[in-house]
Amino acid sequence: MLRGKQTWWFENRPVIIGSATVVGPDEGDGPLADEFDLVHPELDMGQKSWEKAERLLMEQAAEFAIQSAKLDSKQIQFFVGGDLMNQIISSSFAARSLGTPYIGVFGACSTSMESLALASLIVNSRSADYALAGTCSHNCTAEKQFRYPTEYGSQKPPTAQFTVTGAGAGVLALEGEGPVVECATIGKVMDLGITDPFNMGAAMAPAAVDTIQSHFNDTGRTPRDYDLIVTGDLASVGHPIATDLLLKDGVPMNETIFKDCGLMVYDVSRQKVQAGGSGCGCSAVVTYGHLLKRLNRGELGRILVVATGALLSPLSYQQGESIPCIAHAVAIDSGKERKK
Amino acid sequence: MIFLWAFVVGGAICVIGQLMFDVLKLTPAHTMATLVVIGAIVDGFNLYEPLVKFAGAGATVPITSFGNALVHGALTELRDQGWIGVISGIFKVTSAGVSAAIIFSFLASLVVRPKG
Repeated sequence: MLRGKQTWWFENRPVIIGSATVVGPDEGDGPLADEFDLVHPELDMGQKSWEKAERLLMEQAAEFAIQSAKLDSKQIQFFVGGDLMNQIISSSFAARSLGTPYIGVFGACSTSMESLALASLIVNSRSADYALAGTCSHNCTAEKQFRYPTEYGSQKPPTAQFTVTGAGAGVLALEGEGPVVECATIGKVMDLGITDPFNMGAAMAPAAVDTIQSHFNDTGRTPRDYDLIVTGDLASVGHPIATDLLLKDGVPMNETIFKDCGLMVYDVSRQKVQAGGSGCGCSAVVTYGHLLKRLNRGELGRILVVATGALLSPLSYQQGESIPCIAHAVAIDSGKERKK
Repeated sequence: MIFLWAFVVGGAICVIGQLMFDVLKLTPAHTMATLVVIGAIVDGFNLYEPLVKFAGAGATVPITSFGNALVHGALTELRDQGWIGVISGIFKVTSAGVSAAIIFSFLASLVVRPKG
């Protein structure tokens, strides 16, 4: 059901009955290491190409998520997925292995919440009993496609971000135990004219701010209604910008805890990740791994995940175009009694 | 003494490249191409050769040397062969570098698997 201008309200309360995350070595070395289902010790994961490695991440996350929901892959009616690769090959090829009907989506790094919102919508409307949402990214495929060949060893400025190697997936159903997807706010494309692909955080911050404000306007909620609000991958440059913009617009973000997945997935001071994490996998592994577990443990009552995406292509950047950005927000409730 | 000047001159060229990268926000490709063009122009004024005599590897190792070699070969052939030399001379001096890049890349690809 539409609420306000751009928010879907899921009145049938779809539940995330299973979820899983698979990550690479750097994420396994980070502060959330214990929250992931599988940590690969090598970036190539024994595969012949980086692209095959990324695909493996998606396949494993999907498989483990279905297992954790105590289902068989044949019972999954739709898989909604996407990634950063040209023609979203990682998700599409993983869907080939899964053999389920597939809806491929692209929202750059916001794909994690875009796919979760769509899967929730499908389940909420009773168009499926079980829907799988998932997304993945790999540091080396993203470097190769968006920046320079990995063997080239190009320098990066400190505002650059480090693409997360990881995949996250969740199974949605109307019946079952688990965190409840309450609503989703679909973002507008924002472009403030930033052209520096090594400063994505600053480019994406206004999109996150717009979606957060739209979410509060549409739902009548305030930051106080959430125990935690996280942005997807604004990192150490973009997150303070978003915080400032929100406070300037009179959104009392100090009433909640406002964090960023890109700063949670790595220890930015110790690991060489420049400004922090990015990529579809960033908000996916933090949400499906860390945050859902905290909701299930009762440490959090209700959270809002605002996944941010930079909708550029290597071609648009080479032609000197600015970077259009988007953010999608999904509100997830623990489904348990609130403590407060 | 040549070691000192090699260090100073070579280092200075790299500082210029780093400033183009960090301050002017040029991409690595633009930075490299600009340095090549600068080397070519400097040789056009007959100034690169004296720099090489003065600083040795400090002037021959950085990428500016490639621009210098392109122009240098073209101008030498122009003198020896006439106008056609401008075209045939461009890769005369640089052919060793270009061929070496191809041959060693090929050899490297035999022992390691590039993933891009």
